[in-house]
Amino acid sequence: MIAFNKWPNRLSSGNEQPIDSEAQWLKLAQGGDRVAFQNLLELHYDTIYQVAYRYKGHSEDAEDIAQEVCLGLAAKIRTFRGEAKFKTWLYTIIVNACLDCQRKRARQHEQLSTYQEFAEFDRETGRDKSQQVAWLYRALAQLPEPFKETAFLVLAEDLSHAEVGKILGCAEATVSWRMHEVRKQLKALMEDSHEG
Amino acid sequence: MKDDFDDIKHILRQAPAPKIDPAAKKAAISLALAEFEKNNPQVAQGSAKPNRLKITANNAGLSFFGRRFMKTYQVAFIGAFCAFFVLWAFVPVQTLTGGQSLGESKDVFLAGNDQKKMAADQPQQEIVTATKEETKNGPAAVAPALAEKIQAETDKLARNEILAKTEASTASLADGKGVQAPASAPPVAPAKPAAPAEVLGETRALARVDGIGLKAKAAPSPSLAAEPMPGRLQAAPMPSEGEAIEQYHDQGRDKFKDTPPNPLKLAKDEPVSTFSIDVDTASYSFVRGSLNQNVLPQKNAVRVEELVNYFPYDYETPSSKDEPFKANVAVFPTPWNKDTQLLRIGIKGYQLESSAKPRANLVFLIDTSGSMNEPNKLPLVQNALKMLLDTLGADDSVAIVTYAGNAGVALPPTKVKDKSKISAVIDNLGAAGSTAGAEGIRQAYQLAEQNLDSKGINRVILATDGDFNVGITDTNELKSYIERERKTGVSLSVLGFGMGNYNDELMQTLAQNGNGNAAYIDTINEARKALVEEAGSTLFTIAKDVKIQVEFNPAQVAEYRLIGYETRLLNKEDFNNDKVDAGDIGSGHTVTALYEITPVASKAKLVDDLRYAEKPAETGNKNQELAFVKIRYKLPDSDTSKLITTPVNSDQAFKTLDATPEEARFASAVAAFGQALRGDAYLKDFNYEQIISLAESAKGADKFGYRAEFVNLVRLAKNAPALPPLR
Repeated sequence: MIAFNKWPNRLSSGNEQPIDSEAQWLKLAQGGDRVAFQNLLELHYDTIYQVAYRYKGHSEDAEDIAQEVCLGLAAKIRTFRGEAKFKTWLYTIIVNACLDCQRKRARQHEQLSTYQEFAEFDRETGRDKSQQVAWLYRALAQLPEPFKETAFLVLAEDLSHAEVGKILGCAEATVSWRMHEVRKQLKALMEDSHEG
Repeated sequence: MKDDFDDIKHILRQAPAPKIDPAAKKAAISLALAEFEKNNPQVAQGSAKPNRLKITANNAGLSFFGRRFMKTYQVAFIGAFCAFFVLWAFVPVQTLTGGQSLGESKDVFLAGNDQKKMAADQPQQEIVTATKEETKNGPAAVAPALAEKIQAETDKLARNEILAKTEASTASLADGKGVQAPASAPPVAPAKPAAPAEVLGETRALARVDGIGLKAKAAPSPSLAAEPMPGRLQAAPMPSEGEAIEQYHDQGRDKFKDTPPNPLKLAKDEPVSTFSIDVDTASYSFVRGSLNQNVLPQKNAVRVEELVNYFPYDYETPSSKDEPFKANVAVFPTPWNKDTQLLRIGIKGYQLESSAKPRANLVFLIDTSGSMNEPNKLPLVQNALKMLLDTLGADDSVAIVTYAGNAGVALPPTKVKDKSKISAVIDNLGAAGSTAGAEGIRQAYQLAEQNLDSKGINRVILATDGDFNVGITDTNELKSYIERERKTGVSLSVLGFGMGNYNDELMQTLAQNGNGNAAYIDTINEARKALVEEAGSTLFTIAKDVKIQVEFNPAQVAEYRLIGYETRLLNKEDFNNDKVDAGDIGSGHTVTALYEITPVASKAKLVDDLRYAEKPAETGNKNQELAFVKIRYKLPDSDTSKLITTPVNSDQAFKTLDATPEEARFASAVAAFGQALRGDAYLKDFNYEQIISLAESAKGADKFGYRAEFVNLVRLAKNAPALPPLR
């Protein structure tokens, strides 16, 4: 069989941007280049999956969402205008996919978020720590809708309030206010679980 | 940015990044790439743009799966995979049906690593996962995912062994259970990834063979597609290993339209009664299925007219097909009320000679979703359809569309003379996944229209439990779709299966609005009755939009009540309006309608005479008439209706029940039984014992034993509880 030639070697080096850069891939993918699109997906799949997993706490759901997002990107990539950072734009798509999944589920049977993977990590060194992480995630998962995604983006993804505002399409101040509410609710949950 | 959540962030950061399943990643990416190509077709076809990164050489290495490049070992594996599809195609479906619904529920119960371990123990579970790969994007999208899957299996499978099997891809096969291939080798095994159903088959073959819990998810929304209904979750406990696998069975989710019985009407106020005929018999077999499980059917499941119409009656038939039927009218005393009379209108459709039967273009639309995986569903469907196949002529054509999570053509239109090919496809159907019924209906209609034979019969035969859960599931939306499709000349037969999640409302909606008929198949005997004995009635329409209008003479009849036909009532102005749809009648069908009428002089009148009303004027020589029966129908190829009229004279009434013909007496016994099951108030104290003796006295020749069976059902109903215990 014929050997597979790596494409970057075949390119003339006339462009300013490095060939392997995200921006270059993005441009090519928007023009319909399949390989560039594939590279983009490979680069970002892990992020997509991880964001989805943190949000849903279920590897099944996270895989589904990641797949939906990838599929969606195939259609939407052309509509990305470069007004925001690609990653911010991507976050918006992921969060929307998570919310859609939630809505579809609401009709059917709601799965409990288990965060199995977090609960199991690091079992040898300290059970407490893993339990703490898993508890926190489960607590966050219980928050009602606008707060849940805000909290996840701010806390788990470690984004600034301004970035989160852009992703969710609201003002930075709104994000800050939501986080204030999240704090109150988390506190209440913590007290509940101590009593129980 | 500094905020007060730093402690929380710190804790969260201690968690490792969630592990990623490489197979899922590959599947998602290849699916997205396929979608991407669909969105960029001109580019995918390789027009040259200078700045595009595109490989132009290497075309020889393009795989048949599309734009992927094949390496040597990939080619080897594609070969192996084709070979396994051939193996799979030879194994009877029954070996597959074991633990599927179990697998489905386990899918939900288990998460993470546990699931993978369990999956390795339970190869059959993979069947469920595999169905997730049926996708809207068709084979082009599935295939790359499969290729990926094969590739990922490289390390896990003994490659040499597979290659050896490839070479030996003959009928004698090495399935784990050592099942031998049937003698008539089903010729459906070409491994070209053209038809979606074949791809599904390949998927399943792969899943069966590898037995490793590898997850390649490729459906656009598999979470929704593969999730069992909530009800199913509760009753599917996770069995420990070695424990006998018990099949989950839905209970109490049967869905029927709420139909209050027709009210009593005053002939003076409302002398005209109009309804459409109903040739369906689904309700009777559902009632029978229910009683045979020692449970009374729910009230709405009992449609009296369908009970009555289940039985063949010996009515006078017309001599030519130009006048497709005659009205057989009889008036006789009501068995349950000595002061009223029953007016029976009986119709028997003209029986087509078998030589005169038009060519049939049938599309079998078969529900292969997980809920069909019960002994009284898919296996019964398979047997029923094969029976129907035997009644067809060599020149008729049959196509098969299946739907589960998505729909696909399992068999393109094929002449019945290739019977072995058709029945091989039927034999190989397996049930798993969710139910995208609407999509199946759409594809089946499309196929029927493509193959439309303007002189023949074009019919979609839908076999399902009606439990649609993916895509359009709203009854009204499906109704409007079906109504539009009706104009294309494709008619519909609905065959209902199963109990526990049977959606009768949907089935009736489809059949009534799609120029169709509905039958419910509870046993193989019913399949024989509906598809062999009455195949002509089911398939060949001799008159359409048949409406009956009865005008009662207020001088003779004080009150009247139509027994049954609640779902078929029409407005009186609809009778002469040819645009209004009504029921169709097939070759040899019998239809019976019963009115309970109260003569003016009777003391059984439920409504008192008005004190201030004027005395009714004499209506001349028509005075002796009880009623005037009008029937409108259209010949199958005509759009204008014809009219048949018959006056009913009071002097032709039978004076006693004993003098009444058997056919009429039996019909009244069945009507009494239906009303008793529904608990209707008009039946007075007439009980099951009296129904039995009335039916016993009117059994007649009863060639097929239907009437004897009816008597047994009444006996069962005497003691059956109204609610089954939870199983």
